[in-house]
Amino acid sequence: MPLELRINWIKCDAHGMCAELFPELIALDEWGYPILDPRPIPPELEAHARRAVAACPTCALALERVPRRPR
Amino acid sequence: MSTATLPRILTGVPANGFISFAQHEAIHGAMPVLSRSRHDNALDLELTESGLRGQGGAGFPTAIKLRAVARARGRAVVVANGCEGDPASSKDRLLLERLPHLLIDGALLAARAVGARDIVIAVGEHATHAERAVEVALSERHDLRSGSPRVRVVIVPHGYVSGQENALVNFLNGGPAKPTAIPPRVFERGVGGRPTLVDNVETLAHIALIARHGAAWFRELGTTEEPGSRLVSVSGAIAYPGVYEIESGAPLSALISAAGGVTTRVQAFLLGGYAGTWVHPELGLQLGLSDTQLAASGATLGAGIVVALPTSACVVAELAHVADWLAGESAGQCGPCINGLAAIAATLQGVQHGTAGDAPLEQLARWASLVRGRGACGHPDGVAQLVASALSLFAEEFADHARHGICDGCARRRILPVSSPLARRFAA
Repeated sequence: MPLELRINWIKCDAHGMCAELFPELIALDEWGYPILDPRPIPPELEAHARRAVAACPTCALALERVPRRPR
Repeated sequence: MSTATLPRILTGVPANGFISFAQHEAIHGAMPVLSRSRHDNALDLELTESGLRGQGGAGFPTAIKLRAVARARGRAVVVANGCEGDPASSKDRLLLERLPHLLIDGALLAARAVGARDIVIAVGEHATHAERAVEVALSERHDLRSGSPRVRVVIVPHGYVSGQENALVNFLNGGPAKPTAIPPRVFERGVGGRPTLVDNVETLAHIALIARHGAAWFRELGTTEEPGSRLVSVSGAIAYPGVYEIESGAPLSALISAAGGVTTRVQAFLLGGYAGTWVHPELGLQLGLSDTQLAASGATLGAGIVVALPTSACVVAELAHVADWLAGESAGQCGPCINGLAAIAATLQGVQHGTAGDAPLEQLARWASLVRGRGACGHPDGVAQLVASALSLFAEEFADHARHGICDGCARRRILPVSSPLARRFAA
């Protein structure tokens, strides 16, 4: 099952740590909120993703294994 | 399509006041008692075969939602959602204020099907007669016995997003009427932490009729994908604005004729309300009013909303006005929504007055795509859809405004309604 980043937008406070630590798939908009690359996380970058999740000061970022959705 | 007759839901709708229980039973017959056991849930079966979809805007298959709640762990709760946050919609208010027994039937039937003992009828505070109509209707229900579910009526504060199901459940749990993070989904953990079925009041009215007449009857009208009838709120440059019941898939031209036609030349129809899509009138009139048919034009009917915008109106001014209101209707919880909608609204004001900076239309299009999918609820996506569709259909008008500023139409009274809260928030 692929890993996916999920943002709790209510918790996110635009600290920007995630983009700092995982620039391969996370950019910031002009207000500092993350823009996620919709591509699945390549296995070799999973460590970066985990670091970004761990560093989020508001615990707004999570990494989830998602079953491939029907449809 | 067939010769089956309309109206169904709107049969016997009184011009004033609300229908009595005796009148309701005379029109529709007594509410049936459907069998329900672990392996045989008659309502689930009928709803599955009927193909009924939610009428609150999302169009999710009703049977699937019902089944999810029925199978979830714990004693379920049913919420009849009559919050109706879109100012261009009035069908839910009509049902609550004039035909309360139909949605009460639907809620009782759904409660039995999911094993709920509690029903909440949630009424938007703008529907000023709804509480009394529903309370009186409940007092007339001699079929509500000691074993029947408890029903309470709750008035929900004004707000475009307060009828979103997580926001509504949050309010019913004592919080503000604002969306919450998902998961949990309300069908797993909703009112009081229990599995909760939130159905739009029109959906429940359809359930009341499907339980009586069956799925095959429901399918005598409409299309294969979207069977039956649905309520549509029609407003703008229309001879007789109001709520109409149409066969799902009927052409917009038939609906407009039923509403007495347009009163003047129309430059566009807005389909699906403030999370909706603008369509050119010539194309629009031919369109079949079902989401499947509208998909080709990138449109949906949403909660069943059609607004005819006359050529006398300035679409730029209309959009700037509505976008400003919608930005203010953000629950203020998610950064991209707070900032993105404010930026969109401010830039639209600038475009209208010809004072926006460099390439404002490109900027608007960029923000519209930037905010999509980046909130706890679908509010930013809805605004993005409304704005992006206006920019593409009215590219000339927007370019003109960006260069030359206000036009004659800007001074005219706005066509698109916005609701006014009883008290404005004073921002801290």
